[in-house]
Amino acid sequence: MIRLPLVLFFSAVLFSTGVYGVLARRNGVLVLMSIELMLNAVNVNLVAFSQYVRDIGGQVFALFVIAVAAAEVGIGLAIVILIFRNRESINVDEVSLLKW
Amino acid sequence: MTGQEYAFVVLALVGTVGAVRLVTAKNVVHAALYLVVTLAMVGSIYLVLGAEFVGWVQILIYVGAIVILFLFGLMLTKAPIGRESLDNQQRGLALLVALAVLAGLVFLIQDAFHWGDRKMNLVHNTTGEVGRSIFQHYVLPFEAVSFILLAALIGAVVLARREERE
Amino acid sequence: MGWLDWMLLLARIVLTFFMLLFALVIVIWLERKFIADMQTRPGPLRAGPRGVLITLADGMKLFFKESFVPTLADRPVYLIAPILAVVPAFLAFSVIPWGTHVTLFGREIPFQIADLNIGILWVLAMTSMTVYAVVLAGWSSGSNYPLLGSVRSSAQMISYEVGMGLALISVLMFTGHLKMSEIVAGQGGYYWGFVPRWNFIPQFPAFLLYLIAGLAETNRPPFDLPEAESELVAGFHTEYSGWRFAMLYLGEYLNTITVAAIATTLFLGGWRGPHPSFLPWLWPIAWFALKILVIFYVYVWIRGTMPRIRYDRLMAFGWKLLIPLGLFWVLATGTIVLLPGLYGSRGRLVAVGLIVGIGMLLLLAADVLERPRSRSREGASP
Repeated sequence: MIRLPLVLFFSAVLFSTGVYGVLARRNGVLVLMSIELMLNAVNVNLVAFSQYVRDIGGQVFALFVIAVAAAEVGIGLAIVILIFRNRESINVDEVSLLKW
Repeated sequence: MTGQEYAFVVLALVGTVGAVRLVTAKNVVHAALYLVVTLAMVGSIYLVLGAEFVGWVQILIYVGAIVILFLFGLMLTKAPIGRESLDNQQRGLALLVALAVLAGLVFLIQDAFHWGDRKMNLVHNTTGEVGRSIFQHYVLPFEAVSFILLAALIGAVVLARREERE
Repeated sequence: MGWLDWMLLLARIVLTFFMLLFALVIVIWLERKFIADMQTRPGPLRAGPRGVLITLADGMKLFFKESFVPTLADRPVYLIAPILAVVPAFLAFSVIPWGTHVTLFGREIPFQIADLNIGILWVLAMTSMTVYAVVLAGWSSGSNYPLLGSVRSSAQMISYEVGMGLALISVLMFTGHLKMSEIVAGQGGYYWGFVPRWNFIPQFPAFLLYLIAGLAETNRPPFDLPEAESELVAGFHTEYSGWRFAMLYLGEYLNTITVAAIATTLFLGGWRGPHPSFLPWLWPIAWFALKILVIFYVYVWIRGTMPRIRYDRLMAFGWKLLIPLGLFWVLATGTIVLLPGLYGSRGRLVAVGLIVGIGMLLLLAADVLERPRSRSREGASP
């Protein structure tokens, strides 16, 4: 038996750490990793609520999130490698061609 | 506190330390290894919560494949070492935003589920139950996810492929 | 569980550990002897009768050598990597039943450390962990050749893991169990009274896929690109010496044994085999060891005959041939499993499986034997 808020707090900590990482990092791969942290926080919540309300659908959606995360990493890394090939750097703050 | 809660707290603390070190590490490969720690801890938390299949899939997909992909990307892009080259100038602002998000979430959770009130009685969910649920109730989302994976596969190949030169 | 059960569990772990170490000694010696035989030279001769103790001698030598850390190495990661080479292989082995059981102190003790509910998933997770040793060893050495080796291995292992996963999924669909003991239990009995009901007959394509993917996962020739000595000095372990190198070396063989043991359990009926009635617990272990040796011999045989393949062809082979065939076979297995309930008998479908398997074998052979065309535009990327 685990108190539900305990799990939710952990997930909140994980999520805000991810937010910090996305905002403070400039290396593209590190930004992607921080996004993974946030996705994991969501997954923890899904699994916890799935146990709380006795519905296995939460776990199923956690699996879906994992699959989508894998797809996202694949595409993300392809983009990062493309940027590296064109600019010799993967700092996301230097990719500002569309900024005004 | 019950034994399961102690186990959970230990795993969560290690996972949190890993996550914090991930966003502050000075070396990108070390950051990836801290990510491994956090992901493994999250996987163990799934096991504690009784979601056996999700836990092992987490280890298999995240630790076994996604982090390796990250390492591959890091080694291919020769990422520099040192915090200055890995962080941008808005570190203080980022910290502020992250703390605000954390405070907001904690307040909301506290507000919605009063501390110690809501308890989960953990039951062990077998792989069979998860499988039945996917293929009986969630077939359409399942198909959508496989379509996304296919699109991602093709997209990644198209993106990363070098242009053919004559 | 009383203290006796804990002691028995501990005893089982220790026993399995020492069995594996013993197997390592034998297997490394056997590989050198087999290879020597194929190259018509005597192989190791001096240490012990016919050189059996060569592994121990090598181990002693490496243990007493200096194991230094390069200046540019990333120290913590460099020190952890050799350990990561050994541990996952042991862990993967822990779900494999390598014998039936003995009855001691009124308890049935299986020759298996833990019979997890999610056996196959565990095996997949642990084998996917072995890539960390190679990648981290190469990266942390702080030198260019090892780095190239680890970039190669990360891409190679992820690619072949997919093929391996597909092969395991079809077995899992066919048997309907994730538990190792139940998979072995499902392989008892005979087809037509004399052919053992082992999975590799109806699942021959999956067996082939698994063996090939296992070859790539363990970095064995012809897929040993991460340590191609003609291109990368020694690949990921160039900078390692002394007992740390010994760990990496042992880890590689341990992984090979584990892959062979998994193949034995999933496809060759595990410890099953005909045996006389005295010492009923010993014969299954002997059968298990024999089956592992057969697979290992095939691996050594491949090493002795095949040249190392080029990197772009390795990737093309994995993605354009192995994975599509694996996907096809998963579909076919679904059909084989579901159709007999709707239409006819199982035997006919087994025959279909065999035919498709032979067709796949021919396809693979055709790709391997294909004359290399100019593929310069693909470029060997890393």
